[in-house]
Amino acid sequence: MSRRPYVRKVERSWWLQHPRYVAYMIRELTSLFVGLYCALLAVGLVRLSQGHAAWDGFVAAFSSPLGVAFQMACLVFAIYHSVTWFALTPKAMPLRMKGEPVPGIVIVGAHYVAWAVVSIVVLIGAGM
Amino acid sequence: MSETITLEVLRYHPETDSEPHFQRYTVPYKDEWVVLDALNHIKDNLDATLSYRWSCHMAVCGSCGMTINNEPKLSCHAFLRDYRGGVIRVEPLDHFPIERDLVIVMDSFIDKLSSVKPYLIPKQDKPLSAGEYLQTPGELEVFHQYTQCINCLLCYAACPQVGLNEDFVGPAAMALAHRYNLDSRDGGRQARAEVVASNEGIWECTFVGACSEVCPKCVDPAAAIQQTKISASVDWLKDLLTPGVHR
Repeated sequence: MSRRPYVRKVERSWWLQHPRYVAYMIRELTSLFVGLYCALLAVGLVRLSQGHAAWDGFVAAFSSPLGVAFQMACLVFAIYHSVTWFALTPKAMPLRMKGEPVPGIVIVGAHYVAWAVVSIVVLIGAGM
Repeated sequence: MSETITLEVLRYHPETDSEPHFQRYTVPYKDEWVVLDALNHIKDNLDATLSYRWSCHMAVCGSCGMTINNEPKLSCHAFLRDYRGGVIRVEPLDHFPIERDLVIVMDSFIDKLSSVKPYLIPKQDKPLSAGEYLQTPGELEVFHQYTQCINCLLCYAACPQVGLNEDFVGPAAMALAHRYNLDSRDGGRQARAEVVASNEGIWECTFVGACSEVCPKCVDPAAAIQQTKISASVDWLKDLLTPGVHR
């Protein structure tokens, strides 16, 4: 008797078929905005190197209603991306101290503390 | 009249069917029955042509994995009482060819598992007279959860990357590679790295995390893969800075 295994194709809408895949795709989408914001900051650096007028034009574009709306969207997506990533850190970076596993909440908490410290340093630096 | 429950089972007979189709069966409802009991009732009383794999009926052998209401599960671990009042849709595990009805072709997994050398490769061979390779309870605890894998393939059915790229080595094989890499008696990490640290190994994983969510034995393949990404990256950096020293 000859075998004739049947292969089912993965549908393009596979990620809509379970809430866990939708949540995953949202997390992936947020990284796009994080990347876009980083790219815009790099553009800002280039504009800064091109002189006063170029930098003022960049700041004006960033301060326009559209620019502010884009930055707010990026902030929301960056927070979502960071929070979901921090929640996963105990899996990626399990620690052991004196032979005992460090509780996940401590690892996640350390990331939030580091985030707060870096944010404060940046804000102080920006205010100077 | 006693209570019943309906199962909608995906059928595929390669001799007569060009593609799979669903077939409905109504079986007695019992609180203590699992989906596997319902399938056994169908096989014994309603339709002897239904094909599926099973053995232990107690979540140890890993044979009876199926997609039950769109979720990969062991059918011996899925109680009818959790689906009471609805129809239970039973399909073969996703991302594997269907051999017949609920039976999948799992050859690709066996090849992938073999490719990661899932066995102890001692750091130094020693004669039998030298005794056992000793290990402390603490050293065992580091990798113990990964020893619980029963190769049931629920994680492969849950992982979209397995479905999208058939070459991806996949969660269970990667978790077992990690299990041996973490073992204090093992020295085979470099021998496994060729497959584990390749594009089709850890780097095909995008940390969906579904593998760990569906595992019936609480193994965490997603964690194993992310940890391996970090150790492989450190290995790569060491090799870049001091070539040849760490091999």
